[in-house]
This record gives sequence, structure tokens and C-alpha cells, in this order.
Amino acid sequence: MALVDRASVSAAQSSPSGIWIDKVPTYYWVIGLIMLFMPVIANDFWLFQVFGWTFILGMIALSLMFLAGYGGMVSLIQMSVAAVGGYMVAIFGTSGITDLSLGLPWWLYVPIAIIVAMIFGTIVGALAVRTEGIYTIMITLAIAAAFFYFARQNYHIFNGYTGFNLVVPPQLFGVDWRQPMPFYYLTLAFALLSYFVVVYVSRTPFGLALQGVRDNPRRMAALGFNVTAHRVLAYTFASVIAAVGGILLVWQNAQISPGTAGIPAVIDILVIAVIGGIRKPIGPFIGAFIYVLLRTFSPDVLTAFGMSGERFKTLIGLGFLVLVFFSPDGVLGLWERWQNRRKRDPLMGSGETPGDRDVGGRNV
Amino acid sequence: MRGFASRHPIWSLIIALAVAVLLWLIFTPWPPGLVEAIGRKRIFLNAIFGGITLGALYFLVASGFTLIFGLMRNVNLAHGSLYLLGGYLGFEVSERTGSWLLAFPVVFILVGLLGMLLQHQVFRRMEGEELRQTMVTIGLSVLIADILLWIWGGQSYTILSPDFLSGPAELPIISTVRSNGDIIYLKYPAVRIAILIAAIVIGFAMWLVLNRTSLGMLIRAGVDDREMLGASGIRTQYVFLIVFAFGAGLAGMAGIVGGTFQSLSPGEDTRFLLASLVVVIVGGMGSIPGAALGALIIGLSETLGLVYAPTYSVVFTFLIMAAVLAFRPQGLLGQTR
Repeated sequence: MALVDRASVSAAQSSPSGIWIDKVPTYYWVIGLIMLFMPVIANDFWLFQVFGWTFILGMIALSLMFLAGYGGMVSLIQMSVAAVGGYMVAIFGTSGITDLSLGLPWWLYVPIAIIVAMIFGTIVGALAVRTEGIYTIMITLAIAAAFFYFARQNYHIFNGYTGFNLVVPPQLFGVDWRQPMPFYYLTLAFALLSYFVVVYVSRTPFGLALQGVRDNPRRMAALGFNVTAHRVLAYTFASVIAAVGGILLVWQNAQISPGTAGIPAVIDILVIAVIGGIRKPIGPFIGAFIYVLLRTFSPDVLTAFGMSGERFKTLIGLGFLVLVFFSPDGVLGLWERWQNRRKRDPLMGSGETPGDRDVGGRNV
Repeated sequence: MRGFASRHPIWSLIIALAVAVLLWLIFTPWPPGLVEAIGRKRIFLNAIFGGITLGALYFLVASGFTLIFGLMRNVNLAHGSLYLLGGYLGFEVSERTGSWLLAFPVVFILVGLLGMLLQHQVFRRMEGEELRQTMVTIGLSVLIADILLWIWGGQSYTILSPDFLSGPAELPIISTVRSNGDIIYLKYPAVRIAILIAAIVIGFAMWLVLNRTSLGMLIRAGVDDREMLGASGIRTQYVFLIVFAFGAGLAGMAGIVGGTFQSLSPGEDTRFLLASLVVVIVGGMGSIPGAALGALIIGLSETLGLVYAPTYSVVFTFLIMAAVLAFRPQGLLGQTR
């Protein structure tokens, strides 16, 4: 195995690579162009409500995917971290509640919001990494619930049950960023940025060490890596992504209340990440798109079939149940399975996996 | 117990002192200075008793959860849904038949059967895959919650307690001494005392079954080493079915109890799921005495917090959990594996 790895590395280094653009696969270009020119074909509702929401939920679920997929820690705190970011924007920036909002300029309150959310996520992470597996889920769920109740009870900072309204993005460069098209590009830019940052970090020494910790913490500890520090740092990094998503979310809704981080919302983030597939960074965005489509259009579909439009949760719950029952890796897992089946030789029965082909090719 | 005292003399002393202070607070009339400092004794006593009763309810829900987790490593995040379902079913039964007591066996059997179905159809297929179990049970709880909302709507229900349990009962505990020398004893709703006694009886019965019967021996052996139990010829799947049905039925009965002295509405399922999560985290996973201790602590802290610091009573619960996690991650009575 080690031989193969070294061979592949040397092959990659020695190959006369052209400019980096050549290496970008075709489907990246296709998807990128579609995303870039979406405002030409989609109307305002699709841009703002469907795609804007998809990117935001995708980012928050991406932070969960980073922790779960690379760190092996399923954390349900990400929605609360995002809500902390959103709340901080409302508290330090401007909102309809003038008594509580401090009204700082945007270049001050955005960094403050991200840093506060980061600290919150790090503290929760430091508590949560003392546990493993299912305990992490339970503890983060309990802390998320505590945050929800705290925000609902606290009227001095979080303004209790009502929360904050009229929280709008700053008028930067003379653009109203809450208009559908600017908001679409704003969320698209941050979604792309967070996606590529996650892809990049997963290949840095830190990301590789984190994946090592996921696979075998004891061995990594024996090799001299500080397992706890890596895990806590992963929480810190994920919190930044979640916080950015939370800030965009509060700008999209123009309001934030405890319900933003309520238990159903927390569970929804997990559902999104799992529906999409928790092994790859693109999964959360696929999951978010499916979720938003279901959430937006299932009342219409249900009404068309003669059922009450309120039953969309049954539909989502049932779909989620069927999916996790048959494919633990979500839609991406289904896709991969389907592709493997297509490659399978109908006579021999055994499929040729991509890994086998690589090993064979390089060894020759 | 004696081992604990000899190993942690300082902690034993602190616990003994705290218990002594608590007993003194409960049984003696308060001096005026104390009343001025923290309010009337009646309020304090009511908070204490409310906390113990709430703890009893939490224990009923959480003991099933911890038993299922301890034996089968099954993570049942639909436990709160079983609680709410039991409550609604109990409401229907007691409304239709007019018998509060009849609701308990009916609900125990119905919800227990649902639990068996869950264990047989869901958990047995994904043994050892904790993450998948979590996902599936989360999906189930979303589904069940919406179906319950569909059937019973969004309003809140209260199950009427039977006549022989309605009204207050007088406890032999002095509430206040009037200036003319009359002694006033504490009055407390009889139905809550009945709930408390029932929880203690159930807890004691569970302890007896676990420690004194052959079925309990099987369960304890299963908690310690499932594979060896199966290897020595026991049909572990049957043991699992029984335990799961029992835990689910207990959660359903707790739903009736909760519906009697609180109310049933959508959202109660997550509330009680979270309560049982916190209780078993504080008390220790898979330990029945731990669940009792955790339920008592959480119930007391919730009601005392509600009385003396109403805004942040939830935060106390959370702080207790965080402190336990920080200093004793396996829970107060949990065992490290």
C-alpha cells in the first residue's frame, strides 16, 4: 500500500502539468456557469427563496459535514452556533429593537459576530470532545436545547421570545444586498468560498491529521498528535462556517428569534447533511437543495393529491426514514451505488472498483 | 456505600452535611431571619416536593431509556414520542371508559407492543450502528410527532385524576407556626404523592427484578457482555424484545402521569426526550440508580430554579450537566468501559 502511495505521488509530481485550469474537471465548469448565469433563467422567488436558502442551509450543514465526515463527530450544535452569529449581528448592528442593538458599523459587527460564535462553538466543542460517538450527539443536542431555552428566557440580551426584527445587510457599494439578485450572488460567493475552504483544509496537514484522529485516535495519540486539540480546533473551524451561514440567514429573514435555533431547526440541519451525504463537502448542498424544494413545494404537491398541505413534515420524515434505512450515505451514496452497479459485469458479477484500476495501472 | 465513604472522606462529609441541612430545612419551623432572607418555608417546601415529583416523572421516562441503552446499546431518540403517544392514548382511554387506572395497563401494553415492533423491525437490522440508529429514530420521531399532531391537533390536553386522588393531602411536615401557637401542616396534592409513591415502587421493583430474578441476571449479564451471553446459549433477541417492550411501556405510562399532573401538547415529546438525555448524562448511561439520582437532581434544580431564579432555571440544568461532563464524563454513577 505504501509503495502504491509513493508511486502515485511521484507520478503526480513528474507529470508535465499544464496550467491549473486544465485540471479542473468539466462538470465543475458546467455547474459553475449554470450557477453564474442562474439569474438569467430564474425568477426572483427562486433566486432569493430557493437558492439563497439552499446556500445558507448548505453552509451550516457543511460545517456539520466537516465535523462528522472528517472528524467523526456528529455535532448538533451547528445551528445554535449559526444562531449565535445571527444574534450577534442583531445585537451589535442595527435592528428594530433600538434599545438593545448597539448600532456599530458593519466592519465591526460582522467580525465580532463571527468571533463570538467561534468562541461559543469552541467552548461547546471542548465539552463535547470529552465524549465519543452517540454521547456527542446527545450532549450537543442537550446544549442546543439549553441555548434555545436560554435565548427564549433572556430579555436583556436576546430579547426573549420575540427576538430581533428588521435586521438587514449593510448598503455596501450602493447595492441593496437584500434584493434577490445581489443576495443570490452574495450567498453563492460565500457558499463557494466555504466549500473550497473545506476542500482545502481537508488536504492540509491539519485536515489529514483530523481524518487520522477520526479513523484511529489511539494510534494518532501514540504518534504524538494532540487528539483533543485537533478535535477542538475542528469545532472552531466549523463554527466560523456556521457563523457566516447564520449571519446570511438573519439577513435573509430580516429577523431572528429563539425558534431559529429550536430543536426542529437543529434536527433539520442533521437531516440535510444526511440526506445529501455526509462524506463529501458537496453533499450538504445537495441535501439543502432537496430539503428546500420539499419544504417549498410539498404543500402544493400534497394539496394536489387531495391531502392537507400541513403534512409536509410527514413527507420529509418519511423520505428521510426511507433514505437512511436504505442508504446511510444519503443521495451521494445512492448515486455511487448506482454507478458501481452500472459498472458491474453482468456475466462475472463482480464490479471493477476505481481503486483496483488505479493500483493495477500504476503498478505496471 | 462504605467503600465510597472510606475512599472519599471529604466528599462523604460534604454530602452528609448537605443532607443534614436539607432535613433541618424541611422538618423544623424556620426562624424569622431565614424567612426574611429566602422567603416563606411553604414556598421552599412546595418547590422541594414539586422537584421530587418532577424527578419521579423524569425517572419513569429516563429509566426505560437508560435500560434500553445500557443493555442493547440502542439509541432510541424516539423515546419522547413514545411518551407523548402514551399520554394521548391514556387520555383517550380514560375519557372513553372513565377509568384512570385502566389507562395504565392498556397504554403499557399498546406502547410496549409498538416498542417490540421497533426493536424487531428497526433496531435488530442495524445492531451496533449507532449513528444509523440515531438517524432512523430521529426520522421516526419527526414522523410520529407529525402524525400525533394530525390526530390530536395542536391544543393541550390534561388527563383528569380520579376522585379518590383529587384534592390535597396533609403531610406530617410543619409548614408554619402561627403567632397563636397553631401548627399548620403542609398540604400537597394527593395525586402527586401517589405519583411519587408509584415511581418509588416501580424503581424498587425494577431493582428487585434486576438483582433478584433470573431474568434480571440475564439482563445484567447482557449489559456487561452481550456476545458472551449469546455464546452461552441465551436467545438474546428475546431478552432484548422484553426489555425494549418494558422500557417503551414505561415511557407510555409516564405519558399518562405527565398528562395528569402537567399537560400534553406537541413539543412535549422533545422536552421529555431532552430531559431523559440530561438525566442519563448526569446519572450515568445504563444505570438505574444513576437514572434515579439524575432525575432527582434535575427535577429539584428545575423547580428550585423556577422558584428562586425564574429566568434562568433551564440554565441551571445545563450547568449541572456541563459540570458533570467536565469532572465525571461517565456520569455520577456510570461505569467506565
